[in-house]
Amino acid sequence: MNCDLCREKLDAYVDESLPAEVFGAVDEHLRACPSCASEALARLQMKRATRAAAARFSPSPEFRLRIENTIRKKRQTIWKIAWVPWLSAAAVALLLAVVSVTMLTRHAAREQALAELLDLHVATLASANPVDVVSTDRHTVKPWFQGKLPFTFNLPELQDSQFKLLGGKLIYLNHSPGAQLLFELRKHRLSVFIVQDQPGVLALGPSTRQTSEKGFSEETWTEGGLRYVVIGDAGSGDVHALSDLLRIAARQ
Amino acid sequence: MPHFARLYNFACWLTQDRAAAEDLVQETFVKALKGFSSYRQGTNFRAWMYRILRNTFLTTQAGLRATVSFDSDDDGPSEPATAETPESFLLARVEQQAVVSALEELPVNHREIIILCDLEEMSYQEIAQTLAIPMGTVMSRLSRARKAMRALLTAGTGGTAR
Repeated sequence: MNCDLCREKLDAYVDESLPAEVFGAVDEHLRACPSCASEALARLQMKRATRAAAARFSPSPEFRLRIENTIRKKRQTIWKIAWVPWLSAAAVALLLAVVSVTMLTRHAAREQALAELLDLHVATLASANPVDVVSTDRHTVKPWFQGKLPFTFNLPELQDSQFKLLGGKLIYLNHSPGAQLLFELRKHRLSVFIVQDQPGVLALGPSTRQTSEKGFSEETWTEGGLRYVVIGDAGSGDVHALSDLLRIAARQ
Repeated sequence: MPHFARLYNFACWLTQDRAAAEDLVQETFVKALKGFSSYRQGTNFRAWMYRILRNTFLTTQAGLRATVSFDSDDDGPSEPATAETPESFLLARVEQQAVVSALEELPVNHREIIILCDLEEMSYQEIAQTLAIPMGTVMSRLSRARKAMRALLTAGTGGTAR
């Protein structure tokens, strides 16, 4: 390596930024060349002098405090802003989860209540004495429940309809007394359950009509503080027709 | 606050005004905080902070004036230093104030690269990241900056500028 090339590399040499092989070559030249070695020493001294001279400004404690306060406020703001979408998303997710769980719970409770009523209906049909009061006359059946139920209800006039009242009996659902009325439509039997619309008695939710997987049609609604449920193996249209008759009677 | 004191010192050298340096540092930290998501983990945090400070400086009036002298002499090959002046002898007599004065007289692009290299001891790679220039430009600019500084020191001591 000659002196010109060495001088070109001296800045990188004192900055220790030369590749190892070039550094070695410069080092070797400096050992042999007093002039270049002197120049290298001078540059190193200037680098050290610059380092000492350049470190001359220090922030005041007041300024440091001001910056810390600024950063703290900004960080809090950014933290709040940054969390808004996350919190919103979390809130929505939580709400969805709560709604889903609530709906699932309600659905499960409703299915259980309907299954229970269906069991009662089927058991009634299978019984040798399906009803306790046997009468096609609503003015006989309704009074039979007097003193047995903490509520009263109206029965529809069936003279001009295809339905026939067969009778009724007292039932208990979740320790709460209710009425089960049995109707006949052609050869089909339909049960009408009437209970007080109170929490924990029948968790059936809003008024619905549906046909179960087992072929039974069901319709339920609330009217005047009472819960009505009509179940039968007739078509859903027939169940609905009986439901309408009961609704009309309830409003009389 | 990482690098706070160092950044303040660098800001003072860039602006040559303490009040302006304080504004610059404050804006740098606010920008760094806001833009922290743009910082890529694993990359050089110090270079990232210095780059924010420098870019912020370039948007100020003083910074805009300084950019006029930027990049005017970077791309050509650096001139080899001559051997006539015994710098070791010269520097032995140079007072620290003389170095300070020389730094103050340098154009901003020379001053900043010398401070990043000599005071902050950044590698050429770090300087390239901080100043957003290629490595070759770092080396040539540094060489010219030191040559200019030597000239100022020599003139200040009654010697001959090289």
